[in-house]
Amino acid sequence: MNGIHDMGGLTCFGPVLREENEPVFHADWERRVFALMMLTGGVLGPVDSYRYAIERMDPAKYLETTYYEHWLAALQTLVVERGVADMEKNERPLAAELVDAVVAGGVPATRAGEGPAPRFAVGDAVVAKNLNPSGHTRLPRYVRGRRGTIAALQGTHVFPDTAAHHAGEHPQPLYSVRFSARELWGPEARASDCLYIDLWDSYLEAAPR
Amino acid sequence: MSEHHEHDHAGAHAHGHGAPRNPYLDKRRNGEETAVLEARVKAIEAMLVDKGLVSTAALDRMVEIYEHDLGPMNGARVVAKAWTDPAYKARLLEDATAAIRELGFGGLQGEHLVVVENTPTVHNVVVCTLCSCYPWPVLGLPPSWYKEAPYRSRVVIDPRGVLAEFGTTLGDEVEVRVWDSSAEMRYLVLPERPAGSEGLAEDALAALVTRDAMIGVTRLPAVA
Repeated sequence: MNGIHDMGGLTCFGPVLREENEPVFHADWERRVFALMMLTGGVLGPVDSYRYAIERMDPAKYLETTYYEHWLAALQTLVVERGVADMEKNERPLAAELVDAVVAGGVPATRAGEGPAPRFAVGDAVVAKNLNPSGHTRLPRYVRGRRGTIAALQGTHVFPDTAAHHAGEHPQPLYSVRFSARELWGPEARASDCLYIDLWDSYLEAAPR
Repeated sequence: MSEHHEHDHAGAHAHGHGAPRNPYLDKRRNGEETAVLEARVKAIEAMLVDKGLVSTAALDRMVEIYEHDLGPMNGARVVAKAWTDPAYKARLLEDATAAIRELGFGGLQGEHLVVVENTPTVHNVVVCTLCSCYPWPVLGLPPSWYKEAPYRSRVVIDPRGVLAEFGTTLGDEVEVRVWDSSAEMRYLVLPERPAGSEGLAEDALAALVTRDAMIGVTRLPAVA
């Protein structure tokens, strides 16, 4: 979905506003929303579903609410969509003693040995496809149709465009792709500057010679 | 329990930006609004606890970890070690996830780490234009500005202008590389070791390293 969250390249938001000595959380409800999201992944996740729930916020609301209000909106959306109110009671929630292990263990996105082989090698010229899917995607508009170069192979990763919709992980090769600033932003950009972004195999095609 | 949500935005909002401060981005919440949010969250927490999907004690521990145990002090240790141990630096640039795990850091939002090195001719800066991706095990949770529209939107199209707002001016000889964290790879900038720090031991070096330098919006000043 081409949503307001995809804001790379907009210049209408003014200066970066910093808060000196900013606390990790600004209010107790932010602490609780954060922890609730972190500990309900098994029921409300994967992470791609959380992101897609935020992306479906009303765009005006998205802009005028704080970061953890986005998380709260996503939490409420997912609780309703997954039918938590009608679920049987789970008798064994994660014990507090196991939280450290969950944090330290992480949730790897790589799926070694699965999915197709990489179609591209380091140095290959590629074009980001002009895709406009109706659902979740991690292909920002500002790279679509632009020509770049494969800078690194990042392994085989879960594909967010399907995982967010519970339509399977469909792992694919992921690449770090380098775009020149001029390719993305035109002749006013510095010739020396560039941008690297991680793109999945199916977002890319070989560049015409 | 911080009732106050008074961002006083005391930072330097200097020069060089094309748009005025957008009134829709004024996100201070008054006591009444905070009370409404508290009530919404309490209701949802009560439901999830009632359904046995989470426990209050586990929620408390999760908050503690991110409020107290993780933060830029971890990334600073990685950087200081890389400055003092060339073999470690080589491993860090080759496989950051494994090298950072050597120091005991890893896990959620740091499953796949990449370290990019600043030099006199290359300056790296990290963003997530689509949401807020950030290397939690080494930097903790991101500051608000990293998650808000002005930084996310503009650092890709005008990195030098955004860096100037942080007091960072780069010469024509420097190549600016912006890293947009669009997948589950998480990026940490290895800043240049400050001039004048030659005699310092690893602990003293770590104390010089800042969060903003590891995001890449600032460079570390020379040691007096």
